[in-house]
Amino acid sequence: MPEHSFILNGEQVTVTAEDDVRVLWVLRDLLGVTGPKYGCGINVCKACTCHINGKAFNPCSVPISAIGEDDEITTIEGLAATSGRELHPMQEAWLEADVAQCGYCQPGQIMAAVAKVRQARAEGHEVGDADLDEIRNICRCGTYNRIREAIRAGAQNM
Amino acid sequence: MSANPLSPEPGEEAHAGLQRRRFLGYLLAAPTLVAAAQLGEASVRAPKAAAAVNSAPQPAEVYDLNDMLTDAALPTSHLVSVQINRDGTASFEMPRAEVGQGITTSTAMLIAEELDLPVDKVHVTLADARPELVFNQLTGGSNTTVATYTPFRVAAAAARGRLLQAAAVELGGAVTDLTSRAGVITSQLGSISYAELAEKAASDRNQQVVAQLKPAESFSIIGKPQNRVDARDIVTGRKKFTTDLRVPDAKPTMICRAPTLNGKPESVHNLAEVRAMPGVLDVAVVSTGVAVRAETFGQCIDAIQAVRAEWKPGTAAGKSDETILRELKAAQLPLAVPKADPLAETVEAEFTFHFRSNSALETNCAIADVRDDRAEIWSGLKVPIKAQQMIAAQLGLPQNAVTVHVVEGGGSFGRKLFHDAAAEAAEVSKAMGKPVKLMWHRTDDSRVGRAHPMCVSRVRASFLGEEVLTYEQRHTSVATDFDHGLGEILTAMAGKLPPGNRTLAESIFDTTQQTGYHFGVTTQLLNEVDYGFNTGSMRNVYSPDVRCATELVVDQLAARTGKDPYEFRRAFLKDERAIAVLDKVAEEGEWGKRLPAGVAQGIAFHPEYKGFAAALVELDCRPETVNRPIRDGVTGPRVRKVTFAVDVGLPVNPRGLEAQMMGGINDGIALALTSSLHLEDGYFLEGSWDNYFYTRQWNTPPEMRIIVMPPTTGRPGGAGELGVAASFASVACAYGRATGTMPTSFPINHGTLAFEPKPTVPPVPQSPTNGLDHTY
Repeated sequence: MPEHSFILNGEQVTVTAEDDVRVLWVLRDLLGVTGPKYGCGINVCKACTCHINGKAFNPCSVPISAIGEDDEITTIEGLAATSGRELHPMQEAWLEADVAQCGYCQPGQIMAAVAKVRQARAEGHEVGDADLDEIRNICRCGTYNRIREAIRAGAQNM
Repeated sequence: MSANPLSPEPGEEAHAGLQRRRFLGYLLAAPTLVAAAQLGEASVRAPKAAAAVNSAPQPAEVYDLNDMLTDAALPTSHLVSVQINRDGTASFEMPRAEVGQGITTSTAMLIAEELDLPVDKVHVTLADARPELVFNQLTGGSNTTVATYTPFRVAAAAARGRLLQAAAVELGGAVTDLTSRAGVITSQLGSISYAELAEKAASDRNQQVVAQLKPAESFSIIGKPQNRVDARDIVTGRKKFTTDLRVPDAKPTMICRAPTLNGKPESVHNLAEVRAMPGVLDVAVVSTGVAVRAETFGQCIDAIQAVRAEWKPGTAAGKSDETILRELKAAQLPLAVPKADPLAETVEAEFTFHFRSNSALETNCAIADVRDDRAEIWSGLKVPIKAQQMIAAQLGLPQNAVTVHVVEGGGSFGRKLFHDAAAEAAEVSKAMGKPVKLMWHRTDDSRVGRAHPMCVSRVRASFLGEEVLTYEQRHTSVATDFDHGLGEILTAMAGKLPPGNRTLAESIFDTTQQTGYHFGVTTQLLNEVDYGFNTGSMRNVYSPDVRCATELVVDQLAARTGKDPYEFRRAFLKDERAIAVLDKVAEEGEWGKRLPAGVAQGIAFHPEYKGFAAALVELDCRPETVNRPIRDGVTGPRVRKVTFAVDVGLPVNPRGLEAQMMGGINDGIALALTSSLHLEDGYFLEGSWDNYFYTRQWNTPPEMRIIVMPPTTGRPGGAGELGVAASFASVACAYGRATGTMPTSFPINHGTLAFEPKPTVPPVPQSPTNGLDHTY
């Protein structure tokens, strides 16, 4: 079976897996990194949202063979370290607003939120209602309104 | 901070100017202090006095589902105990399931309050299935805090009383001279921590003691906003759900299912070929399909793609939305109340509510390790004792040979009342002779998983002048499956229920439904048809549909009598608490303010779970809003503002209560506008979140204000489901006012199929490979 090497949460990892196994299962089933959740497997619920080279992506829809040695994948477990703090400002905002209910979608929500704020800034504006309306991550508990509140607050400290 | 001894006699007494309620508790023999509640004598409670003026009370006003669940839990409350640990913290194995509703947090608050400990020093975990608890391990009906408010506190208070006694011995002096605060007991002679007392206070035998509860005036934790105890684990990815657990050799397992609802495998053509696929470890034909165990879930999905099988027909063969609607209409009970006055006028309406999915974001899942002589199960289960009984019977094992661990669930909305995945995992593990981590694919969870049944609600009300003389509602529904232990409770409590030969579902309906209005002669009745579907209670069960129909008719009555919808409701509401929440949203939400054409307000209320809720929404139905483009999603009318008021009697955690209302509001919006299942030829078309349109960011109200009313009764009501019904109804009412036409079919977009249905063979879609094209 082929070997695949990439940078996961700041550390080079190597894993043996068939080329077409999606990254989500490499993370969860082979490497035991369970922060990214399964919610659909077809890139529509966004519960598995992680970052690749600083941008949001959904590992349920990327084969491991598409990941290169220098690619940096960040899961929720590695987010705080990217800010050099104990918690990323977005995680702190999530705590402050007491966003989570069941919590299942929240790692993906937080990863999406961080990317959304960066995307808005790259486009030259702060995250606003129109950006928030574009977030596709489902929360079946319906925490959307606190998510909106937390993203605005978290953005201020990013 | 407070000081009180264990007292010799139970009863009420005044102490230090404050009333302390006294209950019997138990100290249990253990190495460190363990205390429990004894509440058997409290199980006989007088029914609430009927306060009818115009209308006789409906059954649910006298003895409701929550009374029944609470009374059923009481006889075993003494088996639920609080332990003081050697590090001074407290542990509590809660016989309830956390699925997002926040009861690990609120329970930690109750115990912390009575123990005089900080909330973060109380560790609440979920108890394994404990059959000796009989009816006291069912999480449902928004009943947890209603039923456990006193017993959990009594257990903690008994522990604190014992700690004070032990401290008096250690420090010298009288118990009355001691105060406890933040896990330390202090007197003028010195102080000692709970850590130091944990063993000294331990009891070497089981003994009855009297525990004294704090008076509400002394609460420093109950009633104050508290963030979730698991929030940090959630935001760092550390919180473990069932499929995150590492059970040795429990490999990813999925099922290839039939292309029809509940179809069974007849023959499989290529088992050897599937077994030889990369990563595949085991393949077995089981009752629900072809089970595949593999190194990764992705390889299970690959294997499902490859299975070639013949299937027996399912349980809904040939059925569709149209055939079910005909079945429902044919089964409607007659409207029976004679015309009250020859001059009376009537309002009549009939509403259709389509099938809806209660699929949580965590799909059905369970880990099972079945051996010859025993089995071990891990799953999010709201009725674990029933799961244990049924799985033991299924495996041919004695009940005590099956260990059932309750894992925190990724949402429930009714799903986790049943143990479908656990039963299936046990079957597969037995068939393969290996541990399995079984997970349903989303597509199965959506199409085969339990659904809220389709139903029709017919209403006729008559009025004369300004009086409403009669209100009749005939609710006809595809059967709701309550076979998760509620039946046993109902049988045990039958003597307390309204008389009559009512079925289980009818009794649930009777004990939950009430109009809340003085509408003269009032009857609300349920009739059920068709048992071919996988159904179950969906958050708030019957109430969202029944309430939506009621409130739409109330708007009609207001219009026909020339009254303002808010003023009309106000005039007919039975309860002062109902009027208070309605007034609150009318005031804060600026009822009656001027809005552009196509934008309208809707107002509605709902009483249940010992509480009252009211919602006022502003709904934008203008074309530019309705038709705003969103890729692979539906837009439609948008609720742009919600004002919501809730009175639960005593909010234990206002922050958690507000969260539950937020979720209920987003559910109500989905029920009114976007989310339903389409039944076509025996199968539901919706196969994932790009087909099933639960509220999304682009649907949720940008402005939401939730007002938690101050305590009214001193006792907590239920929270988990209370937000849904009034929200749904208010959106429906707003839609009627914005468009000028009362909606009669829900959700309002059901008539338009906004997606291309996924194939049924193979039953689950393959994962895409182009994810890197969509980074941002």
